[in-house]
Amino acid sequence: MIAFDFNYIKPATVAEANQTYTMVHDQGDHAMYFSGGTEIITRARVNELKVDTVIDIKEIAECTVMEVQDDKLVIGAAMSLNHITNSNLFPLLGETIKKIADHTSRNKITIGGNINSELIYKESVLPLLLVDAKVKLVKGTKEKIVPLSSVFDKKLKVQAGELLLQVIIDTEYTKLPYASLKKTRFSKVGYPVISAAAIVKDKKIRIAFSGVCEYPFRSQEVENILNDSKKSVSERIEKAINSLPTNVLDDLQGSNEYRVFVLRNMLYDIMEEMGMGE
Amino acid sequence: MANKIWTTVGTPEQRIDAVEKSTGKVRYVGDYSVPGLMHAKLVKSTQAHARITSIDTTEAWKIPGVRAVVTGEMFPFHIGPILADRPPLAFEKVRYYGEPVAIVVADHEHQAKLATTKVKVEYEPLPIVNSVQQAFQQDAPLVHENAGQYTKIIDNVYPKSGTNIGSHIKIRKGDFDSAWASCEETITANYSFNLSDHVALETRSTRVEINPAGKVIVHSCSQSPFTIKKVLNQFFNVDVGNILVHIPMVGGAFGGKGTVQLEPLAYLASKAVGGKLVKLEFDREEDMITGPCRIGLDATVQLGATKEGKLVAGKYTYLLDSGAYSDQAAGITRAAAIDCTGPYHIPNVWCDSYCIYTNHPFATSFRGYGHPELTFAVERTIDQLAKKLQIDPVQFRILNGIKPGHTSPTQTGLTANNIGDVEKCLNRARELIKWDEGQKIEIGKNKVRTKGISLFWKTSTTATNAQAGAILTFEADGSVNLNCAAIELGQGTKTVLGQILAEKLGMDMKKIHVTMETNTQYDPHQWRTVASSSTFLAGRAVISAAENAIAQLKKTASIVLQCTPEDLEVGGGRVFLTPDPTFGVEIKDIAIGYTYPSGHSIEGQVVGVGKHVQRHLTPMDEQTGFGKPGPWWSVGVQAVEVELNTRDFTYSILNAVTVLDGGTIINPMTATQQMRGGMYMGLSYATSEKFIFDHNGVVQNTGLRNYPVLRYGEQPAEYLVEFIETPAADGPFGARGIGEYGVIGAAACLANSLSVGTEVELTQLPLTPEVIWQAKKVEKQ
Amino acid sequence: MNIKNKPTKKVIHLHVNGETHEAVVRASDTLLCTLREQLGLTGAKRACEDGDCGACTVLVNGEPTHSCLSLAVEVVNKPITTIEGLLNSPVQSAFVDHWAIQCGFCTPGFIVNCHALITNHPNASEELVEEWLQSNICRCTGYQEIREAVNNLLQKSQ
Repeated sequence: MIAFDFNYIKPATVAEANQTYTMVHDQGDHAMYFSGGTEIITRARVNELKVDTVIDIKEIAECTVMEVQDDKLVIGAAMSLNHITNSNLFPLLGETIKKIADHTSRNKITIGGNINSELIYKESVLPLLLVDAKVKLVKGTKEKIVPLSSVFDKKLKVQAGELLLQVIIDTEYTKLPYASLKKTRFSKVGYPVISAAAIVKDKKIRIAFSGVCEYPFRSQEVENILNDSKKSVSERIEKAINSLPTNVLDDLQGSNEYRVFVLRNMLYDIMEEMGMGE
Repeated sequence: MANKIWTTVGTPEQRIDAVEKSTGKVRYVGDYSVPGLMHAKLVKSTQAHARITSIDTTEAWKIPGVRAVVTGEMFPFHIGPILADRPPLAFEKVRYYGEPVAIVVADHEHQAKLATTKVKVEYEPLPIVNSVQQAFQQDAPLVHENAGQYTKIIDNVYPKSGTNIGSHIKIRKGDFDSAWASCEETITANYSFNLSDHVALETRSTRVEINPAGKVIVHSCSQSPFTIKKVLNQFFNVDVGNILVHIPMVGGAFGGKGTVQLEPLAYLASKAVGGKLVKLEFDREEDMITGPCRIGLDATVQLGATKEGKLVAGKYTYLLDSGAYSDQAAGITRAAAIDCTGPYHIPNVWCDSYCIYTNHPFATSFRGYGHPELTFAVERTIDQLAKKLQIDPVQFRILNGIKPGHTSPTQTGLTANNIGDVEKCLNRARELIKWDEGQKIEIGKNKVRTKGISLFWKTSTTATNAQAGAILTFEADGSVNLNCAAIELGQGTKTVLGQILAEKLGMDMKKIHVTMETNTQYDPHQWRTVASSSTFLAGRAVISAAENAIAQLKKTASIVLQCTPEDLEVGGGRVFLTPDPTFGVEIKDIAIGYTYPSGHSIEGQVVGVGKHVQRHLTPMDEQTGFGKPGPWWSVGVQAVEVELNTRDFTYSILNAVTVLDGGTIINPMTATQQMRGGMYMGLSYATSEKFIFDHNGVVQNTGLRNYPVLRYGEQPAEYLVEFIETPAADGPFGARGIGEYGVIGAAACLANSLSVGTEVELTQLPLTPEVIWQAKKVEKQ
Repeated sequence: MNIKNKPTKKVIHLHVNGETHEAVVRASDTLLCTLREQLGLTGAKRACEDGDCGACTVLVNGEPTHSCLSLAVEVVNKPITTIEGLLNSPVQSAFVDHWAIQCGFCTPGFIVNCHALITNHPNASEELVEEWLQSNICRCTGYQEIREAVNNLLQKSQ
């Protein structure tokens, strides 16, 4: 039961959504785009979030596409995780997001919502960072397509009222060899101790992580180390662990030291699976 | 009785509640709503230990629909089932994170909830008692300044002022010190784990109204309707006869709904709005933190044996984390002492079992009442000692298993009637888990399969006057209504009681109508639906009621058939002449009296009444523990086989075995359900569950998102369940209690199995890969 | 639409179990509380309100959904099926026959989810069954009986 009330608007067009946002904002009230809504609903219930108007984007045509247009795979922000997985259009993405929450929840959770999540994991970002995905953002009449990596730094950095409309992926990437691993405390359903996704392109590994630091990341430095074929795999892995962007996380899912242990094992597994040995 | 061939007892009769439950039409207490129903929500403590300096309700009153705000000063008294140490609403100070501080009553739930966020409570923090080890130290901060002055509600509770000890129970049997000195092999080991939660799927919920005639009407999901009456009488001065308690079917309880917490709060809330009907329903987070949870434990076990492997001496120090209030933890402290050794014959026993206050959520009964916890400590130690002695763990248990002729730690004599067969259980479990194929098998790179076993027992420490009653009313079609106050929690008690009645009356189960709801106004008194006692207590009451009804049936029939009652038998819906069964009368024709063709009528309705009360139970001696605390001991063995990855310590549970001697099994399928479900619960606890506290005593995992339980597919591939049926002479058709037993040995056998696989002695729960990794790391250092 | 106004309750129409029902809701009311309190459909249970336990599962457009994670206003014009709308589903009798019910509180959510699973994937692999049913927590049974019930249904459909 959510104690407070809010307005609920379900616009049919992007323009209408943007206008509504601006109108609410100009009144001094707080508006939020609402996609799957699972996080807004659960956080509102425990008073972690206050909102005056939610703008449901699920009726906006651009947000619900999922198709290959020329050599691009276009996924609308309001596409549910299960629909993406079941489409099998991008197996690495499908497999990675299949490990988020539980199956029933994934009928509701959308990719846009997951990318915008307040949680530290946002695992759908991992494959997208690996394949240099682009995102279509829109604010007012201004529409832009930019690399995800240019607007994603620890979290999605968009302007107030800017709406994440679509994710765009070069289809050539969707066919590359990949690995997707997630370790939890015990039960499969739960936040990750560590989740990792990897692909190999031009014989170079690309790898991104959730649960290692307080945000999902792909690190050029870590990748360079792992691709340094002059060194042994174990040397590379130890060096990579020492070159993480920040200290390793220490929380309910796992202590700092344990996470390093899990990460090390996971890196060995991924290097082996991806044929990245000496 | 035992020689007769039964028709219903011993057969897997379909549960009488299953069809209705499959349609979603069962109304649990929270499913009821009516216009005008008011809603109560709690303001809860944000601190684990703090003085309340002020409570400002001004802003809360401004929320539309708010009708009352109740705070602790309005009822500044302590309540409790064993020791009255808990204020229903905190006053002066709070002792745990999540403790109720105020109640807001409003027209709608969302209004009440919003208003709770507007109540401003100021706190002055106090030093936190964050573990039993810390609490036990001499200079520890005190959770209760004057525990010794609280009112004792029942015997065998010994709080100590100036300490954090809520109770201390001693067992002194034989001469431990001399025996210990003479032992040729000894072991001392320490174990510890945090508090955890029941997670019944249905959160606790109640509604209360006070009608103009002064009747207090309670609807609740409780295991203890008559205790609700007792509490409202003892502490709120309502006449017992003016308190009516209704309990519909309950959505899981596991001991967590045995204590009385919500009902007094809802009573205060209703009183504050002029007696109107008020509902108080816990959110999941409240159910886990504000409501009572499961004890934590720090246990030190010392065992000594001869070099041949005969146990000689055992010393047990149990520090139970009871959290902020003693509630049932005081009783669990006692139960843990009573059965401290596990089912082993040990001539010299010393046990100190302490109920320790901390600034954690308070603990109450949890399925097994301390036994899963002590069994983990005892069975891990038994395995370690067997290893030192180089004796096979199963053989070591057989060698030392308790038998008729031995005595329990409280020096109760054991007979073939009051204890199950340890050796039979061990031998059968050994076969089922294929023990002799090897305890550890390498199956590939970094992969091993290992087995672990545990032996356990439990007696039911009921009140010495624990009792149950049953009333049977016969319908004009010859069918029978069975009314009794055993609560249907999912354990299938109503089906089992129906079977006992059907058997006794020689009647088809379809002719038995068991009332699913409990209503204290027309159901006879029953102690509580806890302690695996309902089959035994209520079952005996049903048999007694059936005998009473049979006498009435025979009397009426003897007049109709012009013979003596002694000439008659009852069965198949008829009363008939023993020598000539074709000569008889249908029960339907005498069920509401017999009417002659002339219209003259005799005898009237058959109403069978019956009751049963525990006999010869005694409290325990304060210095030695001497006494007879329970009626019988069921014993059992559990085993698992796991597949372990020795590189990263992840594992899966392949097979699980339970062999239980629970006397006669009335319904093999409901009994199997109980064993499988119990073992699941024990394995979920053992692999995954505990509360995590920060250094301020604040629980970090207050919901299911961060308090994981085992899900579908994570259970063993198969639970093999078998029963050894050594009849209990005084049980209904030879049955003993079994409800709790499936859970007791689960953590122990899993830990034994993983200790073999990882080659490190595991002493903590839950056994997550991280905990195992940590143990390996510590061992290396 | 004037969002300058304070939020007020509004009348919506929900298509539940083949019938159209009127409900008066706050926009922030979940589908779960609307079904339970406005329509009297209490088969969907309130057990965590966080999407963690599955006791509130209903079908929206035929897909299992945690009704606690959906607003009532979100699902206007979408077909909704609750446990009360499953009449004589083979899943119900399988749960009864295989002893997959104890306290019954998780049962409606489990049955609704299983019903969708069996309907959409009559030949589901064990892996798929596990993926779907991990969305629901049962605290009584230990899941073996539920597995037996589901396997029995899958065998029948094969």
